[in-house]
Amino acid sequence: MRLGVLFSGGKDSTLALQYAADKEEVACLITLLSKNKESYMFHTPNIDVSALQAEALGLPQIKKTTMGEKEKELSDLEDAIAQAAKEYQIEGVVTGAIESVYQAERVQRICYGLGLWCFNPLWKHDQKKLLEEILEKQFTTIISGIFAYPLDETWLGKQIDTKLIELLVDLQQKYSISPSGEGGEIETTVLDAPIFKKKIEILNSTIEAKWNSGVFNIKQARLVSK
Amino acid sequence: MILIVDMNCKKNSLGFYEFVLPVVEVAKKLDKCRILHYLDLTSKDLSECDKIILSGTALKDTATLSQPEKFQWLKETDKSVLGICAGMETIGMVFGAPLCKCVEIGMTPITTVKENPLFSGDYKAYSLHNFCVQTPETFEVWAKSEKCIQSIKHKDKRIYGVLFHPEVRNQEIIKRFIAS
Repeated sequence: MRLGVLFSGGKDSTLALQYAADKEEVACLITLLSKNKESYMFHTPNIDVSALQAEALGLPQIKKTTMGEKEKELSDLEDAIAQAAKEYQIEGVVTGAIESVYQAERVQRICYGLGLWCFNPLWKHDQKKLLEEILEKQFTTIISGIFAYPLDETWLGKQIDTKLIELLVDLQQKYSISPSGEGGEIETTVLDAPIFKKKIEILNSTIEAKWNSGVFNIKQARLVSK
Repeated sequence: MILIVDMNCKKNSLGFYEFVLPVVEVAKKLDKCRILHYLDLTSKDLSECDKIILSGTALKDTATLSQPEKFQWLKETDKSVLGICAGMETIGMVFGAPLCKCVEIGMTPITTVKENPLFSGDYKAYSLHNFCVQTPETFEVWAKSEKCIQSIKHKDKRIYGVLFHPEVRNQEIIKRFIAS
């Protein structure tokens, strides 16, 4: 089955892509570039890096800009999926949804309307195990956004490793933070994974943070051989 | 031991992670679990387990509905069986309940219409289905949504069905089935 993967460049959509590629044929990536940093549907930090990630993956990418207005962004997503169906003959869509019924049901409805299959291979995954899985699968993943107390700018740009997972699980117990950031507490950017043909090297970056909200902006990056 | 039957159209499919594993995660906290694809079931497998759960599938996956011969064992078994979504549709089909087109996607208000050991009252549950089961004579109706029948029980056997996906927001239903 030819599939399009909703791809933000974060750990969840990249892991979902890996699952999809292991079972079926991934024909393209579909990325929504949201102008709304508060989007309920789409990841925003370093979304521009997704083009470099697509190149690293050797996959074509459908990109669509959305103003990120609630519900209108769904119409933009539908347009992007319809474009993928037309240009790449996809028969189904894959998402990285884990817990969010809000996201899952909206994508399901769009796929139903377009006559496409919809798969959520990370659905209901244990979030700590998911973080451990990306380490086992040798993903190189950095924290690119923090949006919850008590996370601060010292987290930004850090690579997810065993120690950081322990810290996130500790925060889950103390502050009910979702360790994989399912509640939007953290956003991530994947720099390398087994499915990448090349890896991403960050050349220039900045940190913008205030209180418990901030982003690690990748200003310049390049692909390097693995 | 709980036998969890993978109802996806293909073995080792992408749908396995979404529709089978979340059920296993709930069930394994209460009992040992064994997972088998419906095409691999043998009478020995069915006799060795204590209870059976038939998983749901992706919205477009209706493969089991065209293979009633693979589920004739439902008529013979004396085990407790819980069918989830495609599992309930398959149960209905095997026992002669007509299916009709009925799409519900997302959180859906459910009303209990008959007192039962698995759930009670009004609640919301995650729906993802293309078809519903029309009232068959062999089943009693336990719950409904605005559009259709959401839960059934065979009148003479311990065979139950829920059209929604309890593994998403109503895990207690799976736990009560296992504990019952």
